Amino acid sequence: MATDVSTLHHAPAKQRRGWLEWITTVDHKKIGIMYAVTAFLFFVIGGLEALLIRLQLGSSQNAILTPEAYNQVFTMHGTTMVFMAIMPVNAGFMNYFVPLMIGAGDMAYPRMNAMSYWLLLFGGIVMYSSFVFGGGAPDAGWFAYAPLTSTTYSVTRGMDYWVLGLQLLGVSSLAGSVNIIVTIIRLRAPGMRFNRMPLFVWMSFVTSFLLIFALPSITVGITLLFFDRNFGTNFFLPAAGGDPLLWQHLFWFFGHPEVYIMILPAFGVVSEMLPVFSRKPIFGYEFVAYSGVAIGVLGFTVWAHHMFATNLGVIADTFFAAASMLISVPTGVKIFNWLATLWRGELRFKTPMLFSLGFIAMFVIGGISGVSLAAAPFDLQVTDSYFVVAHFHYVLFGGAVFALFGAAYYWFPKITGKMMSERIGKWHFWILLLGFNLTFFPQHMLGLQGMPRRVWTYQQNQGWDFYNLLSTIGSFCIALATLVFIVNFIISLRKGAPAGNDPWDAATLEWATTSPPPAHNFDVEYIVHSRRPLWDNKYSGEGRGMTINYDFHPHLPPPSFAPIIFSFGLFVLAYGMLNLASAPLIGIPIILVALAIAFVGMNRWVGEIAQDPVL
Amino acid sequence: MAQAVVRDIDKNDPGRGLDLRKLGMWTFLGSEVFFFGALVVTHLSMRGVVAPSASKANLDVAGVRNMFGDNVLTSILAFILLTSSLTMVLALDGVKTNNQKRFRFWLGATIACGVIFLGGQVYEFYHIVHEYNVTIKNMMFGSTFFFVTGFHGTHVAVGVIWLVSLLVSAIRHPERYNAGNYMAVELGGLYWHFVDLVWVLIFTVIYLI
Ligand code: HEM
Ligand SMILES: [Cu+2]
Repeated sequence: MATDVSTLHHAPAKQRRGWLEWITTVDHKKIGIMYAVTAFLFFVIGGLEALLIRLQLGSSQNAILTPEAYNQVFTMHGTTMVFMAIMPVNAGFMNYFVPLMIGAGDMAYPRMNAMSYWLLLFGGIVMYSSFVFGGGAPDAGWFAYAPLTSTTYSVTRGMDYWVLGLQLLGVSSLAGSVNIIVTIIRLRAPGMRFNRMPLFVWMSFVTSFLLIFALPSITVGITLLFFDRNFGTNFFLPAAGGDPLLWQHLFWFFGHPEVYIMILPAFGVVSEMLPVFSRKPIFGYEFVAYSGVAIGVLGFTVWAHHMFATNLGVIADTFFAAASMLISVPTGVKIFNWLATLWRGELRFKTPMLFSLGFIAMFVIGGISGVSLAAAPFDLQVTDSYFVVAHFHYVLFGGAVFALFGAAYYWFPKITGKMMSERIGKWHFWILLLGFNLTFFPQHMLGLQGMPRRVWTYQQNQGWDFYNLLSTIGSFCIALATLVFIVNFIISLRKGAPAGNDPWDAATLEWATTSPPPAHNFDVEYIVHSRRPLWDNKYSGEGRGMTINYDFHPHLPPPSFAPIIFSFGLFVLAYGMLNLASAPLIGIPIILVALAIAFVGMNRWVGEIAQDPVL
Repeated sequence: MAQAVVRDIDKNDPGRGLDLRKLGMWTFLGSEVFFFGALVVTHLSMRGVVAPSASKANLDVAGVRNMFGDNVLTSILAFILLTSSLTMVLALDGVKTNNQKRFRFWLGATIACGVIFLGGQVYEFYHIVHEYNVTIKNMMFGSTFFFVTGFHGTHVAVGVIWLVSLLVSAIRHPERYNAGNYMAVELGGLYWHFVDLVWVLIFTVIYLI
């Protein structure tokens, strides 16, 4: 029932060539690719930082890094992985696949979409430029606890770069999530009712809501911090009456939803891959979808489980412990649904499937340590120890990163038109699984033995040498696995077998179009009649899953310079803000120039909207 | 045939019929609610704090309250800002009924209210700093006060710029906004109403309780 798309044609939007094509693109697929590639580069950078950390901790009383450098490296590692690697990879996949999966031609606001990407790139550059211009990188941890962030303890400009970088990343995420929400509500193909949407789309929807409600809290927090560091306020400085716990509340009210922001899209892709490679519909679609919503809602009620050690009082501790345990119920529901999907399935152990299974196994381990941490008395024993580090790496690496690697294998054929090598992919998976467990499982033991996190080194007689050595060896296996992935990626890109439209015999709409899809995604409009339009058409009878509307005229806005110009203005603005308090004579002119650039961008943008009324 | 099917489906799927831009605006405002929520919570939790190293400017909250006088100025400003919501409604009504003169007049009035509000706020800031020596640095109440009202003021300023640009483009292209095309005005209005509403909250929290 594949429609021959080449016979239909649509006026192509004016195209630019070469690198200008990428700079000016407003195509959600190109933007998605740029997101994913950029995020992967940051993943590699963050990974190199992790190797430095592991080298330093590989044996006791090591001095590969100075304590100051160590603080910078672990801070940048966490910040990079959270904000510049996992979040943007998620954003990249959402960008590319949400419109395709709902049968839309593009995102709701194509130009704003481009802006979101550029702000990600510029935010990352601001943050990393602190190494060069800031006298040192941020050094107070990704959670940036006060008063470590005060100018007394964090003497370089690093934390100011951190704040401004995060502001840009925040605007990027906010715009991106508004875009996803509107796209999903408004641009679904006819008949693609909410309860027929692919689960990845569901999870993208929930994630975007989490972002728009969680981001403001950290935005306020980092702005207060910036005022403390630059304009003489004392919000977080206890000596002057400020309250470090205010920071923790503002940070974790964002920070806990943030962990779900990172994992829900992973839940989504796994819920797509498992049915395809089990040759069975997902078990309990409604439960998987609505438990995601439940997790999202409950996610806002548990933030203080990160603050058990701050003496909140018995009542508060009890509430937050109970809420945290409660949240593992919908999480568990999902896991049982996945297992039931596998049950009696016709399992096909392709690489995406291996990563999905790896994901389930690793995530369960992380979930179990999570629930134990939710018990306040136990948490008090192990908080700030390597046990916590083990926990969140099992959920974030074993969970999110595994799922996202799986997604890369799953969707690579759609994006490039080529298959990735299964053989190398399997090497990648097994080396990664081994390396990951070797790195992080021993950290449970280290934590239980009392090794604190965020320490630069430790003494020989503390008995932590062995597990630390294992962990360091493991980290190099992870690095090797990542290299294998890169090799696979390059080889497959050049010589991969042609993929065809639907190499996995999958069920969702992105496989109904060519690989790679044309600029406007689909030449026809699909009228959707079921949750698995492709499968139902193929296996239940033509027209059962979807029918076709040929009278369809997708509209794409032309390429535009406005988003990058506007974003560049905000980028320059960050440097102006950096100098505003310390050197106003430099800062103010930079700010004026920045506003002028942003104005030029905005002006172009408004002009373009007048001609072509999509944002 | 297919077209009819699509039309039928759309009837049962309200989401697909919503206006694209308005939906985005509502989503953004949802986020703004949390932004101002965090600001107000910060203010409430910090404003009573007296620095351990009691400095000369350490008035307690009750003492600080005096600096607002009997709130005459801010009450008037609040009234003006709320009035501007009404004028904004009238402006939108003007454009919806294709009455360009009414539209521009009330849009201008809305802008004027916004500018008066901002002027009043600047005056108030100046007054507090110079007469009561309360600054953003020297006491916690000052810090949160200026932080919260400052961010609200910034939002009002953005709103004023937005409305001015609408007015300018309405004057330069007289027929751009009309009964068939008023979404740009409606969006500006949505934002404006939101900013006004937030002021009700901030006014209550900071000046009244
Ligand atoms: C079963 C559900 C979960 C529960 C009950 C739970 C509970 C906890 C608790 C109580 C802590 C604080 C430990 C401490 O600092 O003393 C914690 C830390 C953390 N969790 Fe979880 N967790 C769960 C799932 C997840 C998931 C799904 C993720 C991310 C995908 C995640 C990421 C993190 C991170 C990043 C930290 C450490 C933050 C830091 O201090 O730097 N957790 N978790
Ligand atoms: Cu948490």
